[in-house]
Amino acid sequence: MLNLITQRVVLSLVTLLIVSVIIFVSTEVLPGDVATAILGREASPARLAALREQLGLDRPAFDRYLEWLGGALRGEFGMSLARRNTAVGQLIAERLRNTVLLSAVAAATGLPLSLALGVIAGLLRDRVPDVLISTIALIGMSLPEFVIGSVLILTFGVLWALLPAVTVVPPDAPLDVLLPNLVLPAVTLIIVMVAYILRMVRSSLIEALASDYVQMATLKGLSRPRVVLLHALPNALLPTINAVALTVAWLIGGVVVVETVFNFPGIGRLMVTAVEDRDLPLVQALGLLGAALYIAINLGADLLTLWLSPRLRARLLQM
Amino acid sequence: MDATIIARYTTDGSSLREVWRTFRHSTAALLGAIILVLHLVVALAAPLLAPHSPTAINPELALAAPSWEHPFGNDRFGRDLLSRVLPGGRIALAISLAGAALSVVLGGFVGVMFGYLGGLADEAAMRIVDALISIPGLLLLLVIVTGLGSGYAVILLAMVLSYAPGVARVARAAAHEFVPRDFITAARARGESPLTVVMRELWPNVLDVLLVEFAMRASWIALAVSGLSFLGFGVNPPTPDWGLMIAENRSMLALAPWGVVFPILAIGSLVVALNLVADGIARALGLDRSR
Repeated sequence: MLNLITQRVVLSLVTLLIVSVIIFVSTEVLPGDVATAILGREASPARLAALREQLGLDRPAFDRYLEWLGGALRGEFGMSLARRNTAVGQLIAERLRNTVLLSAVAAATGLPLSLALGVIAGLLRDRVPDVLISTIALIGMSLPEFVIGSVLILTFGVLWALLPAVTVVPPDAPLDVLLPNLVLPAVTLIIVMVAYILRMVRSSLIEALASDYVQMATLKGLSRPRVVLLHALPNALLPTINAVALTVAWLIGGVVVVETVFNFPGIGRLMVTAVEDRDLPLVQALGLLGAALYIAINLGADLLTLWLSPRLRARLLQM
Repeated sequence: MDATIIARYTTDGSSLREVWRTFRHSTAALLGAIILVLHLVVALAAPLLAPHSPTAINPELALAAPSWEHPFGNDRFGRDLLSRVLPGGRIALAISLAGAALSVVLGGFVGVMFGYLGGLADEAAMRIVDALISIPGLLLLLVIVTGLGSGYAVILLAMVLSYAPGVARVARAAAHEFVPRDFITAARARGESPLTVVMRELWPNVLDVLLVEFAMRASWIALAVSGLSFLGFGVNPPTPDWGLMIAENRSMLALAPWGVVFPILAIGSLVVALNLVADGIARALGLDRSR
């Protein structure tokens, strides 16, 4: 068992290492280097050459990668290109709290909600509540996040001015000032997230309800709630742990658009600004951070699944 | 990390005709197919259908409400919104169909090939696949756009790099089901090369899974392209594009909601249609689509 955990952790680290290579290669080795990004395309060759030397860009790509990776391991990502004299780490640290808060609120509300709706839809398959829930879920997953966000702004920010339409507070605003600005972005994330997860919960519950062990439990004369709660649900939810982790990890990408729609001062909004400014060190750091979070969440889900299912544990141990 | 393994029930011997028979008995799937065909026809025929030029500016009509002359109203430059909505899906549709096709062919081949080969090569390939999957959707797209600049070819490449790895995982899992079977062992015993085994024996058997992947990835890519356009890294103005139109007209939401409502209905109906078709094919093939 301990071996298995070590193996999973090592695999995750290897994956993260490959991610760092992909990010570095796609941003730095390809044409259009950092010097051109800073000085613009019309800069004279002499000035470009001087800046390349100053930034160390004339050295081999592999050396620069090792140096970047070494810095990343120590949590140092260099200075921002667009905002001189500001470290990339500082820019991220200022906004990380806001994004974590936003995702945590969305996940903490969205997960129970999608489980409840998924179970209702699964139990009442093809009846009115299920058709209603499934149709709304289909629409929810078919509309881009920025559309849902814009509709929410129009409804609750403009027509019925209950909440701030867009955030105007600085990234380091105290919590009580920030909180009203968090509601609409969080609701947007919840709508998309619930749409995806409830569909998964619904279909794995339907599958579990059709299984032999559930029929057996029913034939034994157990009550319906007992059959559902103790026999069908635990088995239906196990395969959804990974899917839920994937969806929560999707939040990391989803916040980019949602934070932009609401001008919410988090790392998603920061990513968009960084791409607009071609601020390479910042883009690299945020890409790596997003991937690290994703890998960590997946690893957690894998280990949780292993811990919860003795059968899977036994099968993996034999491998 | 095998979150993308699919539950399979019965797929053996399902001919395309049988699949179609089940498919068309589902009202939802048929509705999706009809909407999708309509979208394709409109996208192709847009220049013929549009009553006005999509880019002609007319300050007198700025933010004008829908009228007989301009059924969808006008945007803040007085451009006719109907003439902009009609061709507004062309680029997103083209990139999503091409991107999904390339993702399915490339990802499918890589997945089946390494699933068959197994061993160290498979391990190495899957690490790269995992790494690409690990950079959450939009972040990978943005990293690539930062490095290569935005342009339709770059966006297409970015979409394939983002979505082919997921297909590879699914195709590999599907191939694993057939690798231990007798007909594969027989092919190997005949001395067939791995490429022949993959193309002639395995590929036809995973095609049904790949068909579902195609419809599903196409809907995701359509959403991703509109997201990129919304953020300003996709289609450039003044080219009409739904995502871009929503971004452009969003600030006038309260004054002229028609500038946003019609592009929303257009993109929403396209993605709903793709999802319904994907659900329909999956059900007809006996594959569980949700994961």
